[in-house]
Amino acid sequence: MEKEIRLMKGNEAIAEAAIRAGADGYFGYPITPQSEILEYLMEANPQATTGMVVLQAESEVAAINMVYGGAACGKKVMTSSSSPGVSLKQEGITYIAGAELPCLVVNVVRGGPGLGTIQPAQSDYFQATKGGGHGDYHLIVLAPASVQEMADFVELAFDLAFRYRNPAMILSDGAIGQMMEKVELKPFKKRSEEILPWATTGKPAARERNIITSLDLDPERQERFNLKLIAKYREIEEKEVRYEEFQVDDADYILVAYGTSARICQKAIQLARAEGIKAGLLRPITLFPFPKKRLNELASGVKGMLAVEMSAGQMVEDVMLSVNGKTRVSHYGRMGGMIPTPEEVVENLKLFIKG
Amino acid sequence: MAEVNIHDIIKPENLAYRKSKILTDNVMHYCPGCGHGTTHRVLAEVIEEQDLQSKTVGITPVGCSVLMYNYLDVDFQEAAHGRAPALATAVKRLMPDRFVFTYQGDGDLAAIGTAETIHTCNRGENILILFINNGVYGMTGGQMAPTTLPGMKSSTSPYGRDVKMMGSPIKMADIVALLPGTCYVTRQSVSTAAGVKKLKKAITKAVQYQFENRGTSFIEVVSNCPSGWKMTPVEANKWMEENMFPYYPLGDIKVPQES
Repeated sequence: MEKEIRLMKGNEAIAEAAIRAGADGYFGYPITPQSEILEYLMEANPQATTGMVVLQAESEVAAINMVYGGAACGKKVMTSSSSPGVSLKQEGITYIAGAELPCLVVNVVRGGPGLGTIQPAQSDYFQATKGGGHGDYHLIVLAPASVQEMADFVELAFDLAFRYRNPAMILSDGAIGQMMEKVELKPFKKRSEEILPWATTGKPAARERNIITSLDLDPERQERFNLKLIAKYREIEEKEVRYEEFQVDDADYILVAYGTSARICQKAIQLARAEGIKAGLLRPITLFPFPKKRLNELASGVKGMLAVEMSAGQMVEDVMLSVNGKTRVSHYGRMGGMIPTPEEVVENLKLFIKG
Repeated sequence: MAEVNIHDIIKPENLAYRKSKILTDNVMHYCPGCGHGTTHRVLAEVIEEQDLQSKTVGITPVGCSVLMYNYLDVDFQEAAHGRAPALATAVKRLMPDRFVFTYQGDGDLAAIGTAETIHTCNRGENILILFINNGVYGMTGGQMAPTTLPGMKSSTSPYGRDVKMMGSPIKMADIVALLPGTCYVTRQSVSTAAGVKKLKKAITKAVQYQFENRGTSFIEVVSNCPSGWKMTPVEANKWMEENMFPYYPLGDIKVPQES
């Protein structure tokens, strides 16, 4: 089939893109504001066309462990949820990271802590980028800022996850999940029939048995494994940083924002420039790996950076670490499901400039 | 005295037992008298006899049998505590022609993994759940399990399980037998040679039902824990027969309706 253009919700785009990317399985549990992903897949019934398995699990915990089982077979499997549900999935995610398996986890973030709200937020940044569960590990984290990117990042996330045998996350939010935009969908890709050499698919006579585990009771071996993971994360940081820049070349002040906040900041820099403030925007696309080097370079030529997030200030810590004191860094954020307006961002940029 | 060679004694015609090729040469870590080793052996024999090695994916639990993957020469996934049936669900749905089993203890299956157990059985996933019930958390040092008998002492019920405080031991086999998704629910034991043979028959049937897509097979093995119970193996088996079997009676609870 050819490329197709449709008007879709972000959540629907993720679901459709998963079918088209040749995903083998989706395991999920309903939670607002992302239930459309499961609903869309159930209605599309890809089992009948591509053979993709779609299953509503009894809990987020079960869903992520289904993903673990499927990933251990070398299959392209995914789950999605929203913040409280993603907290529940952390157990499975750390096992998947510890067993070095590829998979995709989508978090359509809502405000917290606790049950919080069903409105959009970006308050799961720490959880997404610093590991989230127990132990030393990272996910590869992609932050879409449009419905188009919700669709495009599904295949990208799977590619990265399989390249590095590491779980990948799409860190979205309730705004991008729920809003409708034009989206260009890629043609259908056939599901892979390749049997991966490490996958638990049944031991043929020709190979040793495959064991998927995150357990090693020997501390020396376990530490060697930790070092191997760290080397993998360093490689990811070298090769996979993605970001987008808007008007940074002549900027005195740079806004740093991802996802929904980045869209708001695009408008905010226009408004600021109309008032004579030379503002630019750096939008991290990968949150892990974070565009540390680029921010450090930019820090030399600007008077300050303002991280704009729908949180109490999480990504701002990575901005500070990146610029390492070279320039002033501050944070502006709204919480609890509140979304800042471009005007509000400009007002706070002015306050930041005043110092 | 004439020298005797081992090969003069062990001839094919008088060979009573041969170690299954599916069992590896790794030394098992289980305590003397524990039922896990025998249960592993029986499962290995069925996998060998049914020629299932290339089709088998096993899911190990957290508990004493966490290292089961060292002992059977088949592909294994090591699950988080209680989650084995969720992994098995995905494995079987993604690869329906494989033989998929979980191997779980009572803490794993009947406490932390209760939801996964119930819902996997309720969906009638075509897998085998092999449930080892010894009424105690063995690996962590003999704490009270959901299946610990009333009055039974453990390190977290030092005065005996008080059912007023802690509820009664849960009979998981009876619970899952009520669900339409299970096709075969049986309770066995490996404390006698006859019991071992019965378990082997039960596992063989479960394999057959799995390939006939009949639903979930649930085999409970009522077992012992000499270390956790602080008994000798002989005492533990006697105690099990006198105390565990009356509460967890052996035999079939549910068998498939012939179609």
